[in-house]
Amino acid sequence: MLNSILLDGLALAGAGIGAGVAALAAGLGIGRIGSSAVESIARQPSESGKIQTAMLIAAALIEGVALFGVVVCLLIALA
Amino acid sequence: MATKINKLLLLILLSVLSIAGFASSDAHTVQEEDLDQESVFNPGEMIMHHIGDSHEWHFFSTTAFHGTIPLPIIVYSAEKGFSVFSSAKLTHHGAYDGYKIHHERIFAVDAAGNENTAVKVYDLSITKNVASLMISAILLVLVFTAVAKGYVKNKGKAPSGVQSFFEPIVAYVRDEIALKMIGPKYERFMPYLLTIFFFIWFNNLLGLMPGGANLTGNIAVTLMLAITTFVITTINGNGYYWKHVLWTPGVPLPLRIIIMPIEIIGMITKPFSLMIRLFANITAGHIIILSFIGLIFLFKSIYIAPLSVGFGLFMTFLELFVALIQAFVFTLLTAMYFGSAVEEHAHDDVDHGH
Repeated sequence: MLNSILLDGLALAGAGIGAGVAALAAGLGIGRIGSSAVESIARQPSESGKIQTAMLIAAALIEGVALFGVVVCLLIALA
Repeated sequence: MATKINKLLLLILLSVLSIAGFASSDAHTVQEEDLDQESVFNPGEMIMHHIGDSHEWHFFSTTAFHGTIPLPIIVYSAEKGFSVFSSAKLTHHGAYDGYKIHHERIFAVDAAGNENTAVKVYDLSITKNVASLMISAILLVLVFTAVAKGYVKNKGKAPSGVQSFFEPIVAYVRDEIALKMIGPKYERFMPYLLTIFFFIWFNNLLGLMPGGANLTGNIAVTLMLAITTFVITTINGNGYYWKHVLWTPGVPLPLRIIIMPIEIIGMITKPFSLMIRLFANITAGHIIILSFIGLIFLFKSIYIAPLSVGFGLFMTFLELFVALIQAFVFTLLTAMYFGSAVEEHAHDDVDHGH
């Protein structure tokens, strides 16, 4: 009984840590994209449209991977 | 600021924990208890109730009155055939017509009134999400027939009315998404791209309205959108696309054998990530807003209210932006996949070696 509660708790803690790491990594990735995009726009304001599109695509791809991580954590937490 | 973040983290942790508790406890209809006896407020339940689908459209509740719109329930079981009745008849307390509802799942009941899990019940009800889907479909048809009529009426003239609002958006989808991502063959994909763009955008916004259903945060809906994209990509794939997937040119033979399964998995993960992205973004947005509102009831203090309403308002504005961004990203990535499917063979290809 106690053992199962402990194991459930550990699983939840693992899920929480996993979600946190996923958010951290996604934040780092998207932050880097954002900073580079702002720098590029500052250098080449006329190309801002193209830079924004490329930025959004890269951000969406990173976000996709991070969301996979979150979904796995959610499955651990709910299962 | 740090304490606010701490509180937020604590709340999110609490809500995740209580969601898990909610999912693992299978004993009672918790919602029923919540309404019957003034039990302790559980933010996880409140949030799951709001983001989930349900058989009735619930707007608000006071102690004496429930502001709900009953929706039709359509169930099919092998022995009884189809039964259609209002969800108002199927309360938490009793069975109706041989069916009983428990945690938004409909079960058949036996003679003693207990749930009979042996009988397979097919639930084809018009649920809250289905009703919301129908409303948004009607809305989209009304809006875009008005836009289309505008083009007939104002032929060769400046657009007017609702047409002048949607023309720049349609032109943006055509010039910035379809033309850039797909190339010269963009025209036959325009109807689909515009449909998913406006469908997702309208439904994201409808989901943010008070009492709105969380339609684009329902994984079944995003699954169907992703499957449509996958099917259109696959049937439009030309020889060049299939050659790249199955026998990637320009790489050594041992690598081609490794790359082939990876590319085939990649065909599946692309729509899968589309499905998860839209679902998770919209659901997460709803959860955050509801968490801020839930904070007031969690602390049972009026002094929390300005803070959580402020944060909730900020998040709602952010969600208005996210509603557009997610519609844009879904359309953009769909267009990219179509673009890769119809891309023409370049003559100075890497296949000829370096």
